[in-house]
Amino acid sequence: MATGQLAVWWVVASEIVIFGGLLAAYIEYRMSHVEWAGYAAHTNVWAGGFNTFVLLTSSLAAVLAHQAAESGNGRKAAKLLGLTIVGALVFLTVKAFEWTAEIQAGYTISSNGFWAFYYTAAGIHAAHVIAGAIIMGFVARDALAGRELHRVELIGIYWHFVDIVWIFLFPLLYIAK
Amino acid sequence: MSEATAAAHEDHHEMSFWAKYIFSTDHKMIAKQYLFTGLAMALVGGFFAYCFRMQLAFPGMDVPLYGIVSAGEYNALVTNHGTIMIFWVAMPVLIAAFGNFLIPLMLGCDDMVFPRVNRLSFQLFFLSTIVLLAAFFVPGGAFGGAWTAYPPLSAKAEYSLTPIGSSMWLVAVALEFVAFLLGGINFITTTMNARAQGMKAFDIPVVVWMIVMASIIFMLSVGPLVAGAIMLLFDQLLGTGFYDPGRGGDPVLWQHMFWFFGHPEVYVVLLPALGITLEVMSVFARKKPFGLRIIIYSAMGVGVLSFVVWAHHQFISGIDPRMANIFTITTLLISVPVAEMIFLFMATLYRGSITLSTPMLWALAFVAEFMIGGVTGIYLGDNASDIYFHDSYFVLAHFHYTFFPISIIAVFAGLTFWYPKMFGKMMNETLGKIHFWGTVIPFNLIFIPLFVLGIGGQHRRIFNYQHFTDLSSASFQDLRVFATIAMLVLLGFQFVFIYNYLVSMKKGPAAGKNPWRSNTLEWTTESPPPHGNFGGVFPTVYRGPYEYSVPDRESDYWPQDLPD
Amino acid sequence: MIESLIPALSSYARQIDFLITEVTVIVGVWLVAAEALFFYFIFKYRAREGHRADYITGDEPRMRKWLIGPVLVVFVCDIFLIVGALKTWSHIKIELPPPAVVIKVIGQQWAWTFIHPGADGRLDTADDIVTVDELHVEVDKVYHFQLESRDVVHSFSVPVFRLKQDAIPGRTITGWFKAIGTGSYDIQCAEICGLGHGVMAARIVIGSAEQHAAWIDASSAGNTLTAMYE
Repeated sequence: MATGQLAVWWVVASEIVIFGGLLAAYIEYRMSHVEWAGYAAHTNVWAGGFNTFVLLTSSLAAVLAHQAAESGNGRKAAKLLGLTIVGALVFLTVKAFEWTAEIQAGYTISSNGFWAFYYTAAGIHAAHVIAGAIIMGFVARDALAGRELHRVELIGIYWHFVDIVWIFLFPLLYIAK
Repeated sequence: MSEATAAAHEDHHEMSFWAKYIFSTDHKMIAKQYLFTGLAMALVGGFFAYCFRMQLAFPGMDVPLYGIVSAGEYNALVTNHGTIMIFWVAMPVLIAAFGNFLIPLMLGCDDMVFPRVNRLSFQLFFLSTIVLLAAFFVPGGAFGGAWTAYPPLSAKAEYSLTPIGSSMWLVAVALEFVAFLLGGINFITTTMNARAQGMKAFDIPVVVWMIVMASIIFMLSVGPLVAGAIMLLFDQLLGTGFYDPGRGGDPVLWQHMFWFFGHPEVYVVLLPALGITLEVMSVFARKKPFGLRIIIYSAMGVGVLSFVVWAHHQFISGIDPRMANIFTITTLLISVPVAEMIFLFMATLYRGSITLSTPMLWALAFVAEFMIGGVTGIYLGDNASDIYFHDSYFVLAHFHYTFFPISIIAVFAGLTFWYPKMFGKMMNETLGKIHFWGTVIPFNLIFIPLFVLGIGGQHRRIFNYQHFTDLSSASFQDLRVFATIAMLVLLGFQFVFIYNYLVSMKKGPAAGKNPWRSNTLEWTTESPPPHGNFGGVFPTVYRGPYEYSVPDRESDYWPQDLPD
Repeated sequence: MIESLIPALSSYARQIDFLITEVTVIVGVWLVAAEALFFYFIFKYRAREGHRADYITGDEPRMRKWLIGPVLVVFVCDIFLIVGALKTWSHIKIELPPPAVVIKVIGQQWAWTFIHPGADGRLDTADDIVTVDELHVEVDKVYHFQLESRDVVHSFSVPVFRLKQDAIPGRTITGWFKAIGTGSYDIQCAEICGLGHGVMAARIVIGSAEQHAAWIDASSAGNTLTAMYE
């Protein structure tokens, strides 16, 4: 396997174990705390759903960016990566509003176990979105100049992973009620 | 990639002190950075052991170089002794130092695949070291809830009485984890993709296999604990109740997340130690390892099985007792691949031609001492006998009979074996042997009494056994004093090593390329290797690393890079 | 073997000790044999002038059996030890015999509180006897202990009984023991619980039927501690 790919998969594998551990703990707690379903009822399914759509679309942009990079078109790849980053920003903005509303309604990280997991899991995920967007910015800048086009695929792999974590978080935090 | 980088390296050569030593991306320099940090931390961890053992032997005494050890300080000393020895000595030296130094050299390439990630990993590791040590100087002092940090003790300042220290300890450990996750990227990609031409999988030296496997095991097991540590940090700082039963949390969840990592972790450090030991044994018995492929497959088996034994640390912790039965079965079965490796190591000596050089003495001592550690583990894996032994000094003696061989004996084997390659000089053999006996004999004299105390019912992490009527007999106290004196002797002999190590760098005889007449690629280049390792001409590999004493050959060794 | 250092005073202590002896015999034989063979090899195959090592890889037909043989014997020994362990463990931790007496054991930073039934023989009644750091039990009776913690994880350990159970805050964990001898012995906390972990020493006083009855009488008079716990 190409070196860059091996490295990214290593990073993805370590993150899978981290998120896996966190979500396994969450699931274990959910199953033994029936009242959490009641707390979870206060999450905003529309915000969560919209964000899911946004992330999936941004992943699509990343796939198209990879295609462009494969055919040597750095400019197009950079533009599509730019769209992906826009998606990330939209995601984070929606989240900011969402959390602000929830905190003002009194649902803070220390309110109870459900909300502790909610903010922790989504927060760690958001940190990965931010980190991914920043790295993607650097890759896009290089792609625009026609450099290091192979990295478009690599940051794409990472981005899909961040997306998939959200695909797990969404039902666990928002839908299970 | 190798050739282009080699050419690039030929160009830039006047490097400033900072570029060459502090901000280096050269794997050999990074290896030394990890090595010296790890060895310095070994002195710190050893100093802590000195302080708390003096308190145990002579309760209430004003310990020279420390002062009086209070109850809280005692807990902080034992906590950080354990934490340091595992995360700041065993891992950086066995994996990061030896891994970084050896892997590119043994694979025949010029550096790790991602040198800047490599540098970043050391920088994070160094930062983690500072954070850990800084905790001793904050109000409240360093964390004292044991290296296992069970909540609620570790989660709430009102229980631990070390509000800042607890969080600093946790942050330091988390940073160390991230540093090693980053380091692992290089080990696996370099081994898979940057090998010399002709080097097939089983032509890779065992120590490289072992370090790569250790990195994989680490990566796969540490994730849940990273998550759990973030949860614990939030409990400490943000008022969450992940582990607070009063708020719907569960303290035992931490235990599972901790030990799911904690048990594989011991194999993360064991495998590289086994690798170093086997390299040395092969060279100084002039024999190929017996059943080499089975050794490697057994190591993989140990790695896989290590993920299903963790709850043997929790038999009496309140888990479902039926689960305890399952974990006894898996735990006793993991003895099978470990025993297999030990038997194969022993068989490697069969009909060999053994030279008892200093590195070989250390390697042989590893096997002899680790066997004791291994068999005493059976008492603990057996859930019923663990009821008695859990949290006793029997456990402590067991894990020192495994960890001491791993992080001290095997490390000395590696340090003395690869010293000529690292520094271009030979260490003094006489001093080496004095240091060897002065370490191994006292080691046994420390821990055999501790086995006895454990069998007698003495529990761990208690700062003064005079508080316990049944444990304050003169004969028990004599054992404690005896063990402490043995420890002082052991510590004293380490100065012989420090002297030998430092003075030989200047005054030792020149080593030449291959003083041990070994087959592996690191011995084909200069001692110490130049920047770029092979002077721009990378070796081609024609055979495995252990073709010693091949019949019908005049020489009893056959380097990997010789065409015939 | 263990009894030479510490008495075995519960009905299952001897079973645990026996198991420990079994393990000792099996691992002892292996350890001695392995170390002896190891040192023999080191001595016999030391380097000698004019003598070269043999080239042996383990793939040779006559060597194959050594690749698998010894480790199969280890496997069989493991099975034997597993069976003994599971039986004893189940007896102690899974199948609790019906209790003659129930007591409560509460750990906290840094003391043990024991709640004994009073003269009426029942717990949670007005005449319960509450003590700190001193547990009184009667010999030859099956006791159930209900173990709790008020703050952090502690662990209730009575070495002479070979008894140990962690106390987890938020839970009540039940265990059992039956004393088979009298006397006064240490109770230790077996899980680090903070600054005072080292002073969480308590004592268990095992009395004969008469001694225990006398203690109940003496304690019941003027007992004002009952209202202490919730």
